[in-house]
This record gives sequence, C-alpha cells and structure tokens, in this order.
Amino acid sequence: MGAERPGTDLVRVRTGIYHDSVSLMRVSRAAAALPGVEVAVVAMATGLNLDIAAELGFELPAAGPTDLLVALRAADGDAAERAAAEVDGLLAALAARAGGATGGEEPPRTVRAAVRAASGAATLALVSVPGPYAFAEAMDAVEAGLSVMVFSDNVPVEQEVLLKRRAAERGVLVMGPDCGTAVVGGTGLGFANVLRPGPVGIVAASGTGAQQVACLLDLAGVGVSHVLGVGGRDLSARVGGLSTLRALESLDADPATELIVLVSKPPDAEVAEAVRQAAGGLATPVVTAFPGRASSHGPDDLTSAAEDVLRALGVKVPEWPSWPAAGPHAPAAGDAARSGPVPDGGANGASAGAVSDGGMADGAAATGRARVLHGIYSGGTLCTEAALVAGTGGFTDYGDDAYTRGRAHPMIDPALRLEALAAVPPGDAVLLDVVLGHGADPDPAGRLAPAVAAAVARGVSVTVALVGSGGDPQGLAAQAGALCAAGADVFASNALAARHAARLTGGAR
Amino acid sequence: MSLPMLSGEPHVITAGAAVLGEALDAQAVPRTAVDWRPPLSGTEDDLARVLADPRRAAANARAVDRLTSARPLLAGVRPAGEVLDLPPGTFLHAGPPIGWERASGPMRGALIGAVLLEGLAGDAGEAEELLAAGRVRLEPCHHHRAVGPMAGVVSPSMWMFEVRDAEHGGTAYCSLNEGLGRVLRYGAYGSEVIGRLRWMGEVLGPALAAALELTGPLDLRSLIAQALQMGDELHNRNRAATSLLVRELAPALVEAAGGRAAEVLRFAGGNDHFFLNAGMAACKVSADAARDVPGSTLVVAMARNGTDFGVQVSGLGDRWFTGPAGVPDGLYLGAYGPADANPDIGDSTITETAGLGGFAMAAAPAIVRFVGGDVAEAAAATRSMYEITLAEHPAYQIPGLGFRGTPVGVDVTLVARTGLLPTVNTGIAGRVAGTGQVGAGLVSPPASAFTAALTALAREAPIR
Repeated sequence: MGAERPGTDLVRVRTGIYHDSVSLMRVSRAAAALPGVEVAVVAMATGLNLDIAAELGFELPAAGPTDLLVALRAADGDAAERAAAEVDGLLAALAARAGGATGGEEPPRTVRAAVRAASGAATLALVSVPGPYAFAEAMDAVEAGLSVMVFSDNVPVEQEVLLKRRAAERGVLVMGPDCGTAVVGGTGLGFANVLRPGPVGIVAASGTGAQQVACLLDLAGVGVSHVLGVGGRDLSARVGGLSTLRALESLDADPATELIVLVSKPPDAEVAEAVRQAAGGLATPVVTAFPGRASSHGPDDLTSAAEDVLRALGVKVPEWPSWPAAGPHAPAAGDAARSGPVPDGGANGASAGAVSDGGMADGAAATGRARVLHGIYSGGTLCTEAALVAGTGGFTDYGDDAYTRGRAHPMIDPALRLEALAAVPPGDAVLLDVVLGHGADPDPAGRLAPAVAAAVARGVSVTVALVGSGGDPQGLAAQAGALCAAGADVFASNALAARHAARLTGGAR
Repeated sequence: MSLPMLSGEPHVITAGAAVLGEALDAQAVPRTAVDWRPPLSGTEDDLARVLADPRRAAANARAVDRLTSARPLLAGVRPAGEVLDLPPGTFLHAGPPIGWERASGPMRGALIGAVLLEGLAGDAGEAEELLAAGRVRLEPCHHHRAVGPMAGVVSPSMWMFEVRDAEHGGTAYCSLNEGLGRVLRYGAYGSEVIGRLRWMGEVLGPALAAALELTGPLDLRSLIAQALQMGDELHNRNRAATSLLVRELAPALVEAAGGRAAEVLRFAGGNDHFFLNAGMAACKVSADAARDVPGSTLVVAMARNGTDFGVQVSGLGDRWFTGPAGVPDGLYLGAYGPADANPDIGDSTITETAGLGGFAMAAAPAIVRFVGGDVAEAAAATRSMYEITLAEHPAYQIPGLGFRGTPVGVDVTLVARTGLLPTVNTGIAGRVAGTGQVGAGLVSPPASAFTAALTALAREAPIR
C-alpha cells in the first residue's frame, strides 16, 4: 500500500466548489512550489484528473466532476497540512474574486441570468466553459439576442450547426466554437493581441492565423476595425460557412471597415465557392488567406497574405522583424546586413536585426545522421503553415483538441510543450511558436527560455515564430530579447521562421 | 445586416476560464461574470438534446405566459361530490399516485378520517381494514383539477373552493381550510376533527356559497398581489390574505347566513391559513393553463404524497416524475422534534409552482425566523429562484426587492444546469397517523424528480 513511497499523502474532496481548470492549475502550481511539497494536484474530479492523480499513486475516494480534488504529497505530515491550509487560502481567494464582481449579491449562475443582471447593457458573451457544457451557455446568449464567442473546444459539430442556425434567425453572430481570438471594436477577447485601430476587418476561421496577419499588419503600421473569429470548422461542409457569411456581411455594413481579410485553413471546395460568391457581392474588397492552399506561387502563407493587404491599401511592405540568437550559442551573430528599419511602433525599440539564412547550418551536430526538424506548436494554423512552408520534419499542434481535453491551452500552460522540447535529441532542430496578447501566458518567454537554453546547450538549434504586436502586454521586444538570449533565432513571421528552420536541416524550399 | 456589438459600448458576459475575464478587466471593459459550475451529474447529454429542441424557446414563452396571465376568480363554494368527477368510494389525495401500502402515517390518518366522515366505517380500526383491503379507490387531486394541502384527502361530502380562470377558462378546486393543530389534513382523525368537518359541511360551506352568490366572483389575483405587499408569501403566511378575504366576504356573510354569520366569521377570521386553500386553487388554475404545450420544459405541478415528491411538466402531459420526499428542516411545536416529522407532504407546493411560497420568501420577513433564517437569507432564497425560473410575475411583486415580480415558472433545464432546487416552505406533519401538525419549515425537493423529467424531455425531443 505504498509504504515504500516516501512522504505523506493528503487527499481531500470538497463538494459544492467549482473553479475553472486554468485557475486551479495556478493553485496547483503555487502549492507544488511550497517547501516540502513534492506533488500537488488541485483539480475538478473529472475522469481525466482522477486518472492523473491515480497514476501519481494517490489513493482516491469516490468523487465526480462536480467535486474538487486536492491531492498533496509532502515530505511529512506537517508540510502536507501546511500546504493544504495554503490551498484552502488560495481557493478562498478565488471564490472571493468570483463573488466580488456583483457587489455582495450572489453572482449569476448562467449566461441567461447574467444577461438579466446586466440589465440590457450586455453586448456579447464570451463562453469558455468545458466543451460538453458550452452549448447551453452559448444558446442562452443567442436566445437573448447577443452575439457570442465560444472559446471552448470539444463542442460537437451538430451543436455548432444548431447554434449558428439559431443565431441566423436571431440576427447575431456565433464566433466559434474553438474560437481563440476576436477583437470587437477594440476589445480583445480570448487570446487577443493589442492592435491599433484601423481599416482592416478580419474574418478568421483560424485564430492564430488571424493573429499572425493582424500582428504583421500592426507591425507595418496598419490597424484593424474588428477581428471576427468563426471557429475552425465553419468552412467545413457540415457547417457550410454559416458564421463566415454572416461576418462578411456585417463587416461590409460596418463603416469602420474598408478592406476585409478572410483567414482560414483550406476550406471545403463547395463552401469556398459560396463564400467566394458572397465576397464578390460585397461593396468592400476581400483578400483571402488560406495557408496551405496550393496556388501558382506555391502554398499560400499568412505573411504573403498580409503583404497583399498592405499592397491593396497602398502601404509599403516592410522588412519583417527578426531577432538573431545571442550569446555563446549564437551562430548567426555578426550578419546584420539585411536588418531593416523597425516599423513605426513595431518592436518598441528592440534591437531587431536579421537572422542570417545559412549561419546555423554550420553548427550542425556531427551525429552522422540527418538533422530532423521538430515543430512544437500551440497554434493550429501556424503549425499547418510552418509544416507546409518547411516541407520537412514532424509537426505537432499542442493546441489541438486531442491535447487540450481536460487541460489548459498550451498558450496558457506550456507543460506539454516543455516536455516535448526536452525530448528533442541533440543535433536536431526545433521550430516553436510563441503567441503574445491578452489571455496568453503573461511571460511565455520566461517559461520557455530555460528549456530553450538547455536544448541549445545540447546542440539543438531553436527557431521561434513570435506572434505579437508592439502593444501586447508581455512586451514584444522583451519577449524576443529573452528568447534570443536563450539562444533562439526569433522571427515575427511564421513563414520566415519556418524557411529558416528548414534551411538549418538542409530541407529548405 | 449590421451587428449591434460592432458599434455599441462593449459589455461582456463571461462564463468559464477566469483568465479570459481578467484579460477584459485589464482592458477596463465592463463585464458581468457568471459563477458557472457543472450541471447536475450525468445530465449533459439530456440537456444538450432538450436545449436543441427547436420548439423549446417558443413553447416555454407561451407556457409561462399562460401561467402568469391567468386571472383566477373565486367563483363559488360547492360540495366535492357535485363538482368533481368523484364516483362513490373514490377519495382524492395529495401528490403523485400512491396506494395504502406505501402511504405514510399522516396520509393513512387522513384517509381513515375521511372514511369516518363519509360514514363508511364505524371506527378507525374498521376504516383501516376497509382501506387496507383496497375498498376505497385513491386518486391524486391533480388528476381531478384539484389540489389539497398536506394529506390533501378529499371525499364527496367535503366542500370545495371553486376558482375560475377568467383569462383561459379553466376551473380548479381546493378543500376548505380546517385551521391548525389537530386537523384531518395533518393526519388527525379524532372526534373533534370529524365534528369540525361535519360543521364545515353543514354551516361553513353553505354560508360561504351564499355569500359568494351575493358578492359575485372575487379577484384572487388582485388579493394575492395585495397580500404579498402586506407580508404574506401565501404558503406559510396567509394572515394578510385571510384578512383581506374576510373583509371582502363579511357583509355578504351577515346578509346571507343570518344567525350563523358570527360563528362563520369567527372561524375564518381565527384561522390565519383560511386563505391558503383559495390561494392554492388560484395557483392550480394558473398552472393548469400552462399544461400541454409541446416542447415546453416548464414545471406545471410539484406535489408530495408523504412518500414521493413528484413533478409534472408542460411538454410531458400527465406523467409524474418522482423522487423520495425529504424531511423538512424547521421549527417544531411544543415537545415535538425532527424524529416526529413525516417526510414532505401536500399539494401546497402548487404555490411555489406558481411563483409564491418559498419563491416569494423575500416578501414575508415576519416568518423568516419560523423557517429558520434571517431576512437576508429570505431575500437570497427568492433571488436564487430567478436562476431556475422563466419569468418574473407581472402582478405578484415584492416590495423589498424594488417591486420586482416574483420568480415564476420552474424550468427543468435550469434546475439541471444550476443544481438549484426549488425552495419550498411547508408545514410538517407528525409521522404517526392521528398526530396532526408538529411544525413548519423548509424542504428541498429531490433532484432526481427533475432529472427524470429532463430525461423524458430528451427522449421526446425531435431527432435532428
């Protein structure tokens, strides 16, 4: 019965308490950092979380998804009790914060009740409850005549179709499910970059794809009116572009929008045709970016789409910022000849240089085998784009539903990506994305840098696509600086990053 | 086709990950945060199916509109045998269907009393044998357009309030209130109980009937609305409503009942719950107006028989969905305590079904101690019921909440989503037949009754 296992286990199940997985992950992390604590699991007692705790060797009482599980392993009983008391305090603080928003009265328990509590002031809803429960909350918003962003993933497609049909009847827009980003009249929702206001309206069936385009435009000095996410399945045959068509129509009617960009993974052919026809009937010009779609000049990429937009607006296409690796493992140092001026307001005075294209290839480890490129991504479209542009290596999107069931998105919780990075063999090459903005990790570079430095130290070359704007709260320049100080080559353009990484493995296109 | 959100001042409803809400706070965007929790365990698939039913929103709007627009009028007082479809040897009882075998002490006591009242047996023992042998047919009041408080036993010679819905044309009935303490509805059947019932049939019923002939129908909707503003919640406190009713009836009673007027007025005026039964019939006729709307998830009856708690739902016809009745938590009379309490019993939860009683607790600060709380808790209890109801009553208002309408129209899906169960105020009957009332308090219905109804709604939702 685990007698040989050192330390003391303390397991408690508390009923009638609920907090979301991200909040609880923070409590777990804080508890694990306490003196004498070896393992801390503070989570809702879902099947997945119970499995995790059981695998860690905890003996668990019966509990269900509406119970909160606290499982602690500490050096001794005192340390475990102290940690439990600390966890109680953190949970109490979470509860106080949840209750504080409504000034003493019990907070609303459903979106329906919240709409009523807002007494007509609400303009939209943002739903990020676990996927199996998202439909009810989103439907509340639609039935109340509000547009809704469904951040939740793992929502069944038939529920998505129903929501969107009902939204069409009510004249509102469903953004999502699995909609990671939106900007509505300057308000960033979900993972949202801080973007200057401007004439470009973006319709995004791909969250990180839209973030890449919007950030590049921002770095070039061009702002957006709105970014309307529609969810990654919207342009599939099942969903038929219901939200895309609605979003195009409403941006066309929006006086602030002068040009529309539609960003999506390659859509279903019939749906694409319907969208093309709809776009053709609008008064506002539409530029499409379908990264991965074959075109006459190779696969479309997001960077060339951003450049198309700039040209359509008569704005000069700048040299996209990049930051070469610094320090002892910085093979690209010294070649700053291609460094272009940093666009106005772009990199916030960072010493953006240009990463040499061939520099790091010289540093290839003499392992006798070909370098392999490992794409370790958090953004789905960025991952697809990078894989196509690089044309070599193995790419994993850790933001995919398969990796986020029961855990936070990798833009918030880097644990899975850190594990993957640590597992890259010496001599291979890694390509990572780091996405900044509201909602994302407050210091992603800070959490990645030690693992990047460790990888570089064992002969792995690391390239980062850093998707962010000059206004993002994390600070684009500071994040770039931390990553290149750790030995990574950093690019504002994912496509350029992918080409660079591919060249390092000899697989350049 | 423009979207309002693209041009208006943003105000975001957030439900889910706190980090996304905090990102809005960091942008100084006003928001209303939902304190979201998972639904009742195992309900998510049923919820998804029922919420996807394209009929639901319109069906619920129609059903709850019928419930709140009903205009109950007290039209008359008549013997049960004349107005109810009550064949000889048939008695009605509270709650979902039940037989003698599973009947609790107070239900058995009240049935014994009714057998004695009808002269079908010479004593309690003989009455019990008759009932145990199945010689009396038992049917729920709810199956006969009627409701009865506590045991809710109705036999043909009892007189009933007759309430008509002037808006939708329905009719509902409820027996006359006997007062508190040792009374039939709490399972007492001693000679004082039977004697009082006889007097009610011979004097009280006919006098009230004659008085109502003179006054014409009385507007119960208006009377209930006034009583709420005078501190009643219309289930455990009916003092204001009773006073208003007696005031309406007194002159006509004097004219109609002559020499018996004083004893009738003394009886009605001396029983703070005299109005309860008229109010229950008003609630019943209102809830019945909301029945049988296909696709509606609105609860149209909550009722207990002392063993089971049952609900009926508008979109599910006359089917009952039951769970075990709980034991109320409250204050006890004299030396009685929780060990003497019977599980929850009575059709009086029709008041909560129609947005009164526990749902209107915030209107009745005078009795919050009686039901084990303070004034803030009473307000919180009412406010929490807005989470599980479809509407706010247009006429029944609560002064202490800024004249907000009472929460009305329990939605099965909202119960499952929030895990909040209807707050029910109730009297407590002694568990031993013949004891009578032992206290009053609050009780929680079993969640299983609501989840069973949800499952049935899911089965009947159209396949997409």
